[in-house]
Amino acid sequence: MNSLVNNLANRFRTCPVTGLKVDKSAENLIKVNAVVAVVCLLIGAIAAIGLVFTRWQAFHILPADWYYRFLTLHGLNMLIFFIIFFEMAVLYFASTVVLSSRQPAPKLGWLAFGLMMVGMVMVNAMVLTGKADVLFTSYVPLKADPLYYLGIILFAVGALIVVSLFFASLVVAKREKTYTGSIPLVTFGGLTAAIIAVITLLHGAAIYIPTFLWSLGLIELDPGIYRLIFWGLGHCSQQINVAAMVSIWYLLAGLTVGGVVLNEKISRAAFVLYIGFISMASAHHLLVDPEFGPGWKIWNTSYAMYLAVLASMVHGFTVPAGIEIGQRLRGHTNGLFDWLRKAPWGDPGFSGMALSIVIFGFMGGITGVTLGTEQINMIAHNTMRIPGHFHVTVVGGTALAFMAVTYYVLPLIFQKRVSFWKLAKIQPYLFGGGIATMAVGMIFQGIFGVPRRHWDITFKNAPFNVEFHPSVEIFQAVMGIGGTIAAIGALAFIAIAVASVFFGKTITADDLKNGASGLPQGVLKLPPQVYSGANVAAVHEAGAKGTMVLVFIFLAAFVLYFFVNWKILSFIWKIG
Amino acid sequence: MSQHDNEMHSAVVSPQGIWWKPANKQEMLWVKVAFAWCMVLFISMPFWHFKGGQNPTGVRGRTTPAAYNERATRFIEQYKVGEEKGIPVVAPPAGSEVYMIGRMWSWTPILKLKKDAEYMLHLSSLDLNHGFSLFPVNANFQVVPGYDYALKVVPNKSGEFKIICNEFCGIGHHLMVGKVIVED
Repeated sequence: MNSLVNNLANRFRTCPVTGLKVDKSAENLIKVNAVVAVVCLLIGAIAAIGLVFTRWQAFHILPADWYYRFLTLHGLNMLIFFIIFFEMAVLYFASTVVLSSRQPAPKLGWLAFGLMMVGMVMVNAMVLTGKADVLFTSYVPLKADPLYYLGIILFAVGALIVVSLFFASLVVAKREKTYTGSIPLVTFGGLTAAIIAVITLLHGAAIYIPTFLWSLGLIELDPGIYRLIFWGLGHCSQQINVAAMVSIWYLLAGLTVGGVVLNEKISRAAFVLYIGFISMASAHHLLVDPEFGPGWKIWNTSYAMYLAVLASMVHGFTVPAGIEIGQRLRGHTNGLFDWLRKAPWGDPGFSGMALSIVIFGFMGGITGVTLGTEQINMIAHNTMRIPGHFHVTVVGGTALAFMAVTYYVLPLIFQKRVSFWKLAKIQPYLFGGGIATMAVGMIFQGIFGVPRRHWDITFKNAPFNVEFHPSVEIFQAVMGIGGTIAAIGALAFIAIAVASVFFGKTITADDLKNGASGLPQGVLKLPPQVYSGANVAAVHEAGAKGTMVLVFIFLAAFVLYFFVNWKILSFIWKIG
Repeated sequence: MSQHDNEMHSAVVSPQGIWWKPANKQEMLWVKVAFAWCMVLFISMPFWHFKGGQNPTGVRGRTTPAAYNERATRFIEQYKVGEEKGIPVVAPPAGSEVYMIGRMWSWTPILKLKKDAEYMLHLSSLDLNHGFSLFPVNANFQVVPGYDYALKVVPNKSGEFKIICNEFCGIGHHLMVGKVIVED
C-alpha cells in the first residue's frame, strides 16, 4: 500500500509557473498525442500544397487520380487525425493538469493511443496506395477497400476510450478533492466537447460499421441514409472542434492577459446549448437533397431556431469582453480600445487566439449561418463557397487556436523553450492571414459557380465548354497566394513545434527569472488569475465598452451579408 | 449593477460557492440582441416558402436506377428533336415532366426549354452521387441514386446553360458537363 502511495506521489511534479500539480503519466499521454497530431498536420499540409497548385489552373500540377488522392489525404489528416489527436491531448490536459489531478488509467490511455495510431496508419496506407479514392465523405456507393473503413473504426474506438478516461478523471478528481468548488470553465468546455464527442462517435459507429460490412458485400446500404448518418458524424465532429476551440480561447485569455470570466452562468449555459442543439446542424449538408422535406430541413438546420448560433455569439462576446476586463483590471483603462492596443500582439499565444476569434466569428460564422440557410444553400451547395467557409472555421478558427495554445503547451507541459522564437511571433499572422486570404479567393470563385472537389475547371476534354467569369482567374490567384502563405505558416509551426520538442532547451529557473527568449510573456510572468479588491467592482461596473462596439460591428456585417445573399437568390430561375 | 462580489477570476480557476448570478447589463443586452437576430434568421426560411420564388422543396420520392432510366428513356423518345455529340436533344412542351439522367460521366439528355414556361424537372442518378449545378445560374442540387428529386423550374432568361457535376463521382468527374438551351 505504501509503495502505491509513493508511486502515486512520485508521479506528480509542481508546475513552476502556474503552481498546478502535473501527473507525469498524463503529461506523457498529452505529449505523444500532440506530437502525432503535428505529424498528421504535416501530411495534411504537404497534400494541401499539391491541392492549391492543382486547383490554381495556371499551375495545375497533379494528374487527376493524384489530385483526388491528395484531396482524400488532406481531408482525413487535417479534419480527423490532426484535430482529434490534438483534442485527445486537450482532454487529458483539461481533466488532469487543470484540476491538479491524476490520470486514473494510464495503460488504457496507451491502448487507446495504439488503436488510434494503427487506425491512422491503415487509413493513410489505403489512401496512398490508391485503394480509397473516395474523398473524406466516402459517399456510398463509392467504395474503398474494407481496411479503410476498419482503420477509421479502430481510430474511433481509441478516441472513445480517451473520452471515457476524461469522464473517469473528472470523477476521480472530484472524489479525491483535488479542487474545491465547481470545475473551472476550461474543464467545463472540455466536458462539453467530450459529451459531443460521444454523440459523434456513436454516429460514427452507426455509419462506419454498416459501411464496412457493405464493403465486404455482406449487406445493402442506401445512399440517402448514408448521407444522413455520415453527417451525424461529419458535422458533429466539427462541434467537438468548436467546443474545444472556445475552451482554448477562454484558457489563453486567462494565461496571456489575465482575462476573466464575465459571468459563469452565461458562459456555461452557452456551452450547454451546444450539447442540446448543435448536432442538428448536420442537416445543413442535406438542404438540397431529395431525402427530406422543408419542415425537417428548416427545424434541424436552424439547430432548433439557431440556439447553437446564439451560443457562439455569446462566446464571441464573453471571450473578448473577458479579455477587455482583464486588461482594464491590469491598468489599461484609457478610452475604448486602449486594452487592445496594449495587448501582447507579439505573444503568439495571444495573437493566435485573437486572430482565431476574428476569423472564426467574422468570416466562418457569418458565411456558415448564411450558407446553411435552406434556400440560400441552393446558390452555394458544393461550390467553392463551401470549402471557403470551412477553412475559416476549422482552420482559421480551430487549427489556429490549437497552434496558439501550443506556444503555452511547449513551455508548460514539455518544459521547453519555444525554438525559432522570432518566427513563432509572426507564425499566427502568416497562417491566419494566409487562410483568410485563401478563403476569400475560394468564396468568390464559388459565387461565380466554380465547383468544389474538381480537378479541371477548364473542362478541356468535356463535351461542352464552360467559361467562367474572367475574374475567376484573379480569385484563383488570391486563393493560390493565400494558400501558399498559409502552407508556409503551417510548415513554420511544424518546424517550431518539432524543434522545440526534440531539440529545444529545457527551461531552468534562471530562464524564468531572466526572461529568456522563447518563453511567451504569460509564462514569464503569469498575469493574475484571480482579482479582488475595490477596483474589481468599479471595472466590472464600467463594463466592456470596446467589446460592445466590436460586437455591433460584427452584427452589422452579419445582417448585411445575410440579406445580400437573399437578394442574389431572388434573381435566379424560379424553383419550387 | 452586477451582483458579483469583489472578486473576478480566469477560466482556469474553480469558481467557489454559487456561481449562478445575474449577468451585467451589457452582457444581457448582447444575449437579447443575439437571440432576436437568431429569430430573424429562423423566420426568414418559412417566410421565403410563402413569399419567395426559390425553394428546394420539390416532389421527392424513391425510385430505382432501372425504373428511373426506363421512365427517362421514354421521355427522351417522346420529345426527341435531334442529337448533338451523340447526346439526344429533347424539346418537351411547357408544363411537362422533364427527366434528367446523371451517370458516370454524362448528363442526358440536352434540354430545349422555353423562357418563362414551367417544367417539372426530375433529377436522379444511375450509379453514384452526382451534383447538378446549373451554370451560370448557380443553382445546385444533390443527385442521389435511388431518389427522384422533381423541382418545378421556370427559366427567366434565354440562352445556353451548362450543367456541371459538382459532386465527386470518380476519375472522369471533370468531364461530366451537360447542356440546357432556353429559347424565347
